[in-house]
Amino acid sequence: MRTFVIVAAALAAAACGSKKSSPSGGAAGTGTAAGSAAAGSTEVKLCDNVTTVSLDTLPKDRAGGQAVADALMAQWRQAHPDQEWEAAVKRSWSVKPPADNRAVLGDGQRAGVTYGRYTERDVLIWARESERAAMEGARVFHSGDELGSTIAVSCDMCHPDAANTHPETYPKFQVQLGRVVLLRDMINWCLEHPVRAKPMAADDPRMRALEAYILAQRKDVPLEYGKH
Amino acid sequence: MARRYTPVETRYYEERERALRALSGLSRRSFLKVAAAAAGGAALAGGVSPHSFLPVRVAHADDPKGFRFAYISDSHLYDRKTNDRFVNALLRAVDDVNRMDPQPDFVLYGGDLAQLGQPGELALGAQILKELKAPVKMMVGEHDWYLDLGEVWRDLFGAPQYSFDHKGVHFVTLMSVVEKDFWTARKLSPMDRMKTVAGLDNGAQSPFEVGAEGRAWLAADLAKVAKTTPLVVFSHSPLYKLYKKWNFWTDDADEVQALLRPFQKVTVIHGHTHQLLSNRIGNIHFHGMLSTAWPWPYAPEGLPELTIQMDRPDPFNPQDGCGDGSFVVNEAGLVDALYALWNRNPVTVSSSYLAGKRGVAPPRTTRAGY
Repeated sequence: MRTFVIVAAALAAAACGSKKSSPSGGAAGTGTAAGSAAAGSTEVKLCDNVTTVSLDTLPKDRAGGQAVADALMAQWRQAHPDQEWEAAVKRSWSVKPPADNRAVLGDGQRAGVTYGRYTERDVLIWARESERAAMEGARVFHSGDELGSTIAVSCDMCHPDAANTHPETYPKFQVQLGRVVLLRDMINWCLEHPVRAKPMAADDPRMRALEAYILAQRKDVPLEYGKH
Repeated sequence: MARRYTPVETRYYEERERALRALSGLSRRSFLKVAAAAAGGAALAGGVSPHSFLPVRVAHADDPKGFRFAYISDSHLYDRKTNDRFVNALLRAVDDVNRMDPQPDFVLYGGDLAQLGQPGELALGAQILKELKAPVKMMVGEHDWYLDLGEVWRDLFGAPQYSFDHKGVHFVTLMSVVEKDFWTARKLSPMDRMKTVAGLDNGAQSPFEVGAEGRAWLAADLAKVAKTTPLVVFSHSPLYKLYKKWNFWTDDADEVQALLRPFQKVTVIHGHTHQLLSNRIGNIHFHGMLSTAWPWPYAPEGLPELTIQMDRPDPFNPQDGCGDGSFVVNEAGLVDALYALWNRNPVTVSSSYLAGKRGVAPPRTTRAGY
């Protein structure tokens, strides 16, 4: 039996979230063969090393290879119904874009100096990853299930687009709680009371996501800690 | 951490219960005394000292030549097992209205009775509204509609657009939350469609409109009415363009306003915005209604100049920013709005204030939204 692992750039890109595709030879040709040639069945695996199709005969041309790749991706998509979550978030909720860092490119970057030298790729990664954190927050913010609400209440029901969350005013002394609170303390208060969910640990991925989204939505608002 | 506080809502209901029990059996005179004492922060007889519930008696000036109707709006009910909070809030509003003395001529229900348009949610709402002593006029909201496109709602409450005459005033109820089909192309299930519409900040839906059919119906209905007859229009969405992103908006508002403009006295009363909201465009007065479920923040842009914001709701004060209210149609055929904010002093927005005459302006905001 033979096992191929498909690492064609197009497939890896689709599976791992990048939009870029690069030219490659026949899709099957870039697969990794393992084991010895045996008549009958050949296994071809996706780069996740899990998704597998079995073939009786190896494809001979590009079209045949593409068919194998498509079959693998179809299978992978079926197993990962949430993989379009970013598109779904973008369709439904507006997340403010992160800062544009293109200014660090070009002027001021001296030729021959490697330290502190940035490429367009760096800038793209910063923006994409920052925005993704905020988008994940938007998803949690709008989902009573993700928040663990026992009464099907989510944050957006009082705070559409995270309005009136004023993260720029923390830390501040909250009389009702008798202490200085951070944004996450107020998030937890809301979780316990109006949302009727369990409070989250400070490093809970959902808490981090909520903070990311709420802060992102207040882009350009000056910090004013202690404001009531 | 979970056990450190009694939920504020529980605490609130306990206090309210105690206060109401203490109040029952008091004469009207002693009630007023008690109310004054409570408002002044003094302890109630029997050691009850509510700090979140002040019995406020709303002074209803009875205009012998006018009449009054009450409203309850935007209750967003889940079934009782899922969420008792919104159910309790609607029960509180029904209590409020049933305690009005004299009783209002009728009660307008302003739409969004259900949260996700489920038959159980609508039936529960219908059952609770049956407790009202005064007759109920129903209006539909988007949360009632987009699971089955109004099938259950129509069964329970009839056609969403209708008109009636009352004491010389022509009333029209519109279906203003028609959305262009965004679901078929994306192959959304009815529940996905409902959940999309149910998100105020969900941009994957279409703007609200009355629609060509609705406008034709309205034109035909108004053709029979004299231009001097006072006109009151109920619509779930504001019949003007405030903030599109949250559908504080009616896409064909200009066309609808054009149909209303020939009438000398026109008032539009809308739900959906869950806040004190006032506007006038030409001779058309607009009043928003409070929700019983939760208050919305004010839109970040487009707020009408005439709107005096209600104070920023305090999250530690349960049901703050929520409430119900009533409208007085005065002798002149214009409408004064009374916002019976729970836990706060009531606010009146008079027609003379909206008309720019020397009416008393509502109190200024002391703590606006962020």
